[in-house]
Amino acid sequence: MTTRKAAHKDLPRMPITTIPSTKVVTGFWRTFRPTLDESKCIKCRICWKFCPDVSISMTDDSFPAFDYEHCKGCGICANECPRKAIIMVMEE
Amino acid sequence: MAKATIPEEELMLSGHVGCLGCGATLTMRYVLKALGKNTVISVPACCWAVMPGPYPLRCLEIPMLYNAFETTGASISGLRAAYDMKGRPDINVLGFAGDGGTADIGIQSLSGAVERGDNVFYVMYDNEAYMNTGVQRSSSTPYGAWTTTTPGGTTGDWKRQPKKNMMEIMVAHRIPYAATASVAYPEDMVKKLRKGIDVRGPKFYHIYAPCPTGWRLSPDKTIEISKLATDSCIFPIYEVENGIYTINRKPAKKVPVRDYLRLQGRFRHLGEEELNRIQEAVDWDWKLLLRKEEFMKDM
Ligand SMILES: Cc1ncc(C[n+]2csc(CCOP(=O)(O)OP(=O)(O)O)c2C)c(N)n1
Ligand code: SF4
Repeated sequence: MTTRKAAHKDLPRMPITTIPSTKVVTGFWRTFRPTLDESKCIKCRICWKFCPDVSISMTDDSFPAFDYEHCKGCGICANECPRKAIIMVMEE
Repeated sequence: MAKATIPEEELMLSGHVGCLGCGATLTMRYVLKALGKNTVISVPACCWAVMPGPYPLRCLEIPMLYNAFETTGASISGLRAAYDMKGRPDINVLGFAGDGGTADIGIQSLSGAVERGDNVFYVMYDNEAYMNTGVQRSSSTPYGAWTTTTPGGTTGDWKRQPKKNMMEIMVAHRIPYAATASVAYPEDMVKKLRKGIDVRGPKFYHIYAPCPTGWRLSPDKTIEISKLATDSCIFPIYEVENGIYTINRKPAKKVPVRDYLRLQGRFRHLGEEELNRIQEAVDWDWKLLLRKEEFMKDM
């Protein structure tokens, strides 16, 4: 009987992480909630660009929309907004 | 209404466990926007190793491999060799490590990979201490800083040594491409990573990534402090291509370095004398960099 040497194909499959972190709610961390004053917003996308939690979605001609399930309330968006259109409000 | 100035595609997901205002996560977000889906990443022990949360969670849309703390350089060399063997030279192989994992514990494996000339990307996200284990000093912690192992207080035992210059160490390897970048200038960062795709050989990126938690900084100030770092010339934005220096951002008016230090609790203990000494050191380094750029122009 011929024996075959074990090859990489015989290795068990690596533990591969499958569940996207979007399933985790990090919005509970928040102390201050970003809110938008649409009358001031010029849709420049600066808030979107600097969000470390990928929690602002917008297109070239939409207003920014906050994802309150994941936004941790760091306040970078409000600090960087050139028109001061984002106001941080204390959570209830 | 304005067009997006960086790619729209998001390869980093929300729901990661980075702290409020974390610069390390912004770095990952921009780096992956630049390199795209055709990328494999290798990460040692650091904040980024825990970002996805517990198994089986993931927060990247690309394969992320974990390696031992000191082995990022070796692991990307191995990944590169494997992909080349499989006929996939088009895959971007990226090592992504903190400053502790790069400037201290991983420096020999990085040096090996760069000396061998392996066709890999290496990002050192610099939050200027060992943050994941609770703010211990690294060789990349700047002079004057408080950390839990340079506690200051009545003994005045804050960090007395200057920051290690990783860019110069890489340039000494005759690396084909090395650049600094900052989370304050994502367009510049994306451009530099895209440039690296066409460079065969090792590419090193020293990226300024504030850690509000460890710097005792308000989390909304991550971008503001990064701009001040570059405007005060304490963290200049430049690139070195085959030994030729180019400074990418020259502040029109240099901000006093104390304006940068004063926003951060980790420098609160510094008095007039130390502030002046830091200003002198920053001025010296900036002058040296300007001279290098000037000198290399005719090479
Ligand atoms: C060989 C080894 N020593 C120590 C540790 C413990 N450890 C895990 S993460 C970490 C800090 C990493 O610091 P850095 O590389 O600066 O990245 P950051 O956490 O700041 O993102 C340490 C010391 C380890 N995992 N392996
Ligand atoms: S400790 Fe610092 S680097 Fe680590 S996740 Fe928190 S903010 Fe980011």
